[in-house]
Amino acid sequence: MGLENTLFESLPDVVTVKLDAVVNWARKSSLWPATFGLACCAIEMMNTVSARNDLSRFGAETFRASPRQADVMIVSGRVSRKMAPVLRRIYDQMPEPKWVISMGACATSGGVFDNYAIVQGVDKIVPVDIYVPGCPPRPEMLVHAIMMLQDKIMKESVKDRRDTFEPESRVSIVPGTLPVTEGTALEKETEIEVAQNQVSRPYSIPSRHEKRRSS
Amino acid sequence: MLLEYVDNLRSKNAAWVTEVVEAYGEVTVFVPRESIVDACSFLKSEHGFDMLVDLCGGDRGPEEDPRFEVNYHLFSTKHHKRLRLKVLLSEDDPHVATVTTLWKTADWHERETFDLLGVIFDGHPDLRRILLPSDFDGHALRKDYPLRGYEPYSMN
Repeated sequence: MGLENTLFESLPDVVTVKLDAVVNWARKSSLWPATFGLACCAIEMMNTVSARNDLSRFGAETFRASPRQADVMIVSGRVSRKMAPVLRRIYDQMPEPKWVISMGACATSGGVFDNYAIVQGVDKIVPVDIYVPGCPPRPEMLVHAIMMLQDKIMKESVKDRRDTFEPESRVSIVPGTLPVTEGTALEKETEIEVAQNQVSRPYSIPSRHEKRRSS
Repeated sequence: MLLEYVDNLRSKNAAWVTEVVEAYGEVTVFVPRESIVDACSFLKSEHGFDMLVDLCGGDRGPEEDPRFEVNYHLFSTKHHKRLRLKVLLSEDDPHVATVTTLWKTADWHERETFDLLGVIFDGHPDLRRILLPSDFDGHALRKDYPLRGYEPYSMN
């Protein structure tokens, strides 16, 4: 009658595939972005899900207000230093697997806002998967970024994405600081000791922008 | 018409008015910082200036003395008149008494002025930063504050 008949006639009863392929396919086909509009890029992000550009063609139209239901954080706009701890906390609240798209020049590098108030690149705060240039990027570019992210997801392995112990998301954080993440704890300490001793540290992670400036 | 209020201020206490500037139909009264609360109280109770539209600071530059100014934009909902009071403060002693006792709205305006310029409002109920991060170093709207902040990002 239709597609089903043709499929089942031509396919064997059992299909063997890699688990990675199936899981990644499921993940990439239903990306739920977190609503995180920060500036004018957010207007383009809204436009991306609207009728003209229709992000749902790629399975990523379900914007969630709660980070606990989201897979992708689209950082759309400049991140002020006061917003930085908030952004990090929202990222920590997202369950694995999670990805970050840095949308626009400001989120990527600070853009024209090379001043005291703006974080010079959101990659100082959260790990970024895809950078989108533009000021602001056109909706097509964000769609392209999502498609690139989907390609990236297909190359991942399920084993790399596990929920890890993240003490930083369970304790209060001093405003204006970043939570302590892995790499700052001493090797000898156990996880519990780390959780007990951990204090927040200032977010002064040197990036290439910092190096460029100080030289 | 607006100058009548200035005359009233003068007749009440001549020390309240140090200078009067009239430009573009607006009147600015320079008030010594010791008497700003008294002058505001007088204008509020006697002349119907019941609304503090805005309270903002200004930095005239590090080479100026007095360096800072605090502007009080008053509005009378009764007479539909506007009046601006101005207090000048030196850099070494940027203290002025709070007017939150007269207008509750001055609370956040004074916090903003403190946050961005470092003007300290004596008697303010909760004088802490409002726009910048709480551990910010310096006052961002001062003319001698570097555009990129103090290097490296000093968050404590």
